[in-house]
Amino acid sequence: MSDPAALRSRAETLAGPLPALLAGAQHLARTVMLGSHGRRRPGQGDEFWQYRPAIPGDAARSVDWRRSARSDGHFVREKEWQAAQSVMLWVDQSASMSFASKGQAPKSDRAAELALATAILLGHGGERVGLCDHDLPPRTGSLQLLRLAQALGAGDAAAQPPDYGAPLAREMPSRSRALFLSDFLGDVTPVEGALLEAADRGISGVLVQVLDPQEEAFPFDGRTIFESMGGTLSHETLKAGELRNRYLDRLAERKDRLLQLCRTTGWQYTVHHTDTPPQSALLWIYGALERDH
Amino acid sequence: MWIVGPIGFTAPWLLLGLVALPILWLLLRAVPPAPVRRRFPGVALLLGLRDDEHQADKTPWWLLLLRALAVAALIVGFAGPVLNPEDRSGGSGPLLVLMDGSWADARDWPRRVARVERALDEAGRDNRPVALVTLTDRPEGDLPFRAASDWAQTLPGLAPQPWQAEGAADWAASLDGDFDTIWLSDGTAQPWRGDVLEALQDRGEVRVFESPSPIYGLAPPAFEDGAIAVTARRAATGRGAEVTITARGLDPSGIERELAREPLAFGPGEDEATLALSLPPELRNRVTQFAIDGVRSAGAVALTDDSLKRREVALIAGRDDREGLQLLSPTHYLEQALEPVADLVEGTLSDILLANPDVIVLADVATLPQAQADEMRDWVEGGGLLLRFAGPRVAGSDLSRETEDPLMPVRLRAGGRSVGGAMSWGEPKSLRPFGEDSPFNGLEIPGDVTVTAQVVAQPDPDLSERTIASLTDGTPLVTRKRLGDGQVVLFHVTANAEWSSLPLSGLFVSMLERLAVSTRAARPDASALEGTVWSLSEAVTAFGQVDEAGTMPGVAGADLARGVPGPATPPGLYAGEDRRVALNVIGPETELAAASWPANVAVDGLAVAQERDLSGWLLAAALGLLALDVLAALWLAGRLTGPRASAAAVVLALLLPVGEARAQDGTAPEREPLGDFAIEATSEVVLAHVLTGNSDLDELARAGLEGLSRTLFARTSIEPAEPMGVNLETDELAFFPFLYWPVTADQPQPSDAAYAKLNTYLRGGGLILFDTRDANVAGFGAATPAGRKLQELARPLDIPPLEPVPDDHVLTRTFYLLQDFPGRYAGRDIWVEASPPDAQAVEGMPFRNLNDNVTPVVIGGNDWAAAWAIDDSGQRLFPVGRGFAGERQREIALRFGVNLIMHVLTGNYKSDQVHVPALLDRLGQ
Repeated sequence: MSDPAALRSRAETLAGPLPALLAGAQHLARTVMLGSHGRRRPGQGDEFWQYRPAIPGDAARSVDWRRSARSDGHFVREKEWQAAQSVMLWVDQSASMSFASKGQAPKSDRAAELALATAILLGHGGERVGLCDHDLPPRTGSLQLLRLAQALGAGDAAAQPPDYGAPLAREMPSRSRALFLSDFLGDVTPVEGALLEAADRGISGVLVQVLDPQEEAFPFDGRTIFESMGGTLSHETLKAGELRNRYLDRLAERKDRLLQLCRTTGWQYTVHHTDTPPQSALLWIYGALERDH
Repeated sequence: MWIVGPIGFTAPWLLLGLVALPILWLLLRAVPPAPVRRRFPGVALLLGLRDDEHQADKTPWWLLLLRALAVAALIVGFAGPVLNPEDRSGGSGPLLVLMDGSWADARDWPRRVARVERALDEAGRDNRPVALVTLTDRPEGDLPFRAASDWAQTLPGLAPQPWQAEGAADWAASLDGDFDTIWLSDGTAQPWRGDVLEALQDRGEVRVFESPSPIYGLAPPAFEDGAIAVTARRAATGRGAEVTITARGLDPSGIERELAREPLAFGPGEDEATLALSLPPELRNRVTQFAIDGVRSAGAVALTDDSLKRREVALIAGRDDREGLQLLSPTHYLEQALEPVADLVEGTLSDILLANPDVIVLADVATLPQAQADEMRDWVEGGGLLLRFAGPRVAGSDLSRETEDPLMPVRLRAGGRSVGGAMSWGEPKSLRPFGEDSPFNGLEIPGDVTVTAQVVAQPDPDLSERTIASLTDGTPLVTRKRLGDGQVVLFHVTANAEWSSLPLSGLFVSMLERLAVSTRAARPDASALEGTVWSLSEAVTAFGQVDEAGTMPGVAGADLARGVPGPATPPGLYAGEDRRVALNVIGPETELAAASWPANVAVDGLAVAQERDLSGWLLAAALGLLALDVLAALWLAGRLTGPRASAAAVVLALLLPVGEARAQDGTAPEREPLGDFAIEATSEVVLAHVLTGNSDLDELARAGLEGLSRTLFARTSIEPAEPMGVNLETDELAFFPFLYWPVTADQPQPSDAAYAKLNTYLRGGGLILFDTRDANVAGFGAATPAGRKLQELARPLDIPPLEPVPDDHVLTRTFYLLQDFPGRYAGRDIWVEASPPDAQAVEGMPFRNLNDNVTPVVIGGNDWAAAWAIDDSGQRLFPVGRGFAGERQREIALRFGVNLIMHVLTGNYKSDQVHVPALLDRLGQ
């Protein structure tokens, strides 16, 4: 795991070119926290939105007398609906994420970088960002960013991480949004359960599968014993080249499964490879979080 | 040593190790390749996948085979294998090594020498005295027995002779003493062969060696049915074969080269094949030899002599043929006599002289125009034969009356004479036998040849020596005069039967033949050659090489007539007084047959098998196989990736034989590829500008041509691609129809090579537009720096006279009708190639018919490129003039550009409009 300061600095650089990320707040009505997040519609907020003719039922105190005095009718001053959204990040820090093929950074590095960059953008937009698995509930401010960077950078150095990780929907507040970064190569059932539960609780979000190019290409041949990063799983083959097509089929199947899962739950899904620049992935996340459903 | 087939082993016991191979096989089989351990998160997806093939936990069979082969190669290699182990057949007593040394030996002489060398080696090891004898070059007296090493030194100097060993039987009979014989026969059947063999067998054991390669011979070519019949013979019948006959001779520039090449097939069982080769007379007369391609032997070469050459004879009659009176035609009998044996040339005298025939026959032609007479005299002095016949016109003219005409051998008396007619006093005269020094010497005179009328020579002092035939009363009938290298011959009678019966007789034909007017019979017979002396001018070596003969004593005609080459009469081309005779190794009658040997004589091939140690090769092969095994093991374990793979590829490439690479080198094209530049320049029409070294100017020129290209694309059917800059020094100019050359005062002078290229370009129809860009050069004086630079630049160029564009120049109407050619400046005239001074405007035609090609240069100073130039977005780069007038000027500039490119690409097509009235007139409009 890299130094938290360096990770944050890299994430800041990555987030630099993008404007502040304002995560879509579909269920804003239920989340009470106000934020600086204009919804481009009338509602509660500080910013002036529009004058509209008063209609029966408007409270007299809502009439803007200064505006109404300039004409015959009565006008109501409306403000722009502003809200802050809670976004929970989950970055898989299991052992499988530490895999890196030659010349590439480990997947965990890339995932942490993307997560923190997203957090920075969200912070600029006034959103609250939290991190699952690390007891970091959604908060705003640069202190929260510092905590995020520390949590993402340090990892859980003492304990041996499991081979494959899965998110826990329980830690997430209802009606918030979420960003999951993992390779999703392990057992898919916990992920499925977490997503379904999240959907039940009105949480929508984004699933980013971070893969190493070797995991996509399977460029192995000859007699090989494959072991998982933690060493718990192993598989021996005599002709690794023969397995390539079937491995690729299974990988495609896994991607398809995740995509179907996301469709059912209203999430969004993408695959990111560590040999491609992170900007494009960040841009996609930016667009996906901002998108309205 | 233990010998199996052609291979022997020096340490055969080691081969027992091969028995261990199956054990090795079993051992190796059980050991699978070691696995690689890999950490890979995707293993979760792999769980449950099974390998398709289960046998792979054992070593694959081919790897086993590889290893077993490597070990086997090692074992066999150490066992010391030897290819062609020699088992020497010893012997004792003197040894005679006998070679035929004939032309038929030449075809594989090096193999024979190698065989002799080996025989000498063996004899040397056995300490036998050896005599080495070639039958064509026999030693006098006793056999020269010497040490074998002595002979080995003389071996390289040994050469075959281009004839057969005549009289060998007598020589063999004269031998005495006991000796064994090794006889390297040439394989042809010879009459003396049996006798020689018997004589040698009396002396000791005889072993005969013969080469199995076929023997080919080429008989002298002859005329048959208008074609040259080239007959090839072979000694061995049997299967069909095909040879290639080549005809060699001098080409028009005097260099010897191949003139024709034809395949010739022998059918199965045939020993003779004939090729009918039809060549144009010009080519046929130049052929000096025929040869069978690829056979190095004198027998495969047939020299041609005069018998193959047909003379070109031009017949010119003094009066027109009268229709219906063919037998009275002056040249009828000549044509009849010459047609089968010579090529007749027809035409007017001046044309004929240009054709340079061998003989010109003037039948009753009295006077020639002075110019033609002079030409004719030059021609005769250059070696021509002028044959004149008398006749009424000659008799009635003043030809050679007072002074001797150069083209007449004698002076003539006026009127001629008539004998034996109704109004005359004597009998018709017959011919007197020909004198010793006459070329007709030896011809038989038929009794019925009579002369009734003739022209009579003046009795000048040299008349008698010029007379080569005369009548019984001594009056000259045929006179001859040498003139330079040629000669003038006058028959004092007509060429038809009016004055004499000579043309009706066979004597006439013989006389023409003797005068070398017609071609002679294929080969002079013995009687014709009797008493003559010939000298060898070109000799044929046994290898079929034709060389200049050195000084050789003359050969009597009788010897030559035997037609059998020998030491006294080596084959070659013999020169006589006025003709040449070829003596070929294979005469017309020579038969070729394979030698037949009695059953009690051992006949072996010539093959010399070298003893060869194979252990090195086998050990190297074992090493190579082991190296392959390393690669294969790596590959099998999946470790052959990345740099290892490329290293493996290099190793494999090194293991492959390098012979192929060498062969590739040999056929590598020497031509330097022109590359992308050529393809880019030629795949579309491309306008080009000369790179001046000034980057701003080059960019301006490029932008200008870009603008012009777009205009052309939009308005005309010319669709140019992107313009290109051309470096005069390095780039090929021929690809570009048009070059724009902006001139600045400071640009460097091109090199001489570049000027040579430019001149070639201009001559080849290219056009250069010189632009001084100062609006001034068109006026005389050209005082601007750019103008002076232009003069410097253009001085070495091959530019015709120039003139300002005339009003009717084709540039004014190739696409648009123009009279001004402005660019950014509306300068004065521009200069183009001057029209011919005699160009006149024809009445009713709008234009003169001017020079019929593209002007190579257009010179002006109007800075056209600036007017044409556009930037990347299509905007004009430079303002031209002011307001609408300026835009109009730019439009005219563009139109000039369009006209110019049209002119370059279509030439003077528009100038042909000048013919339109005539065409319309012809169409009846």
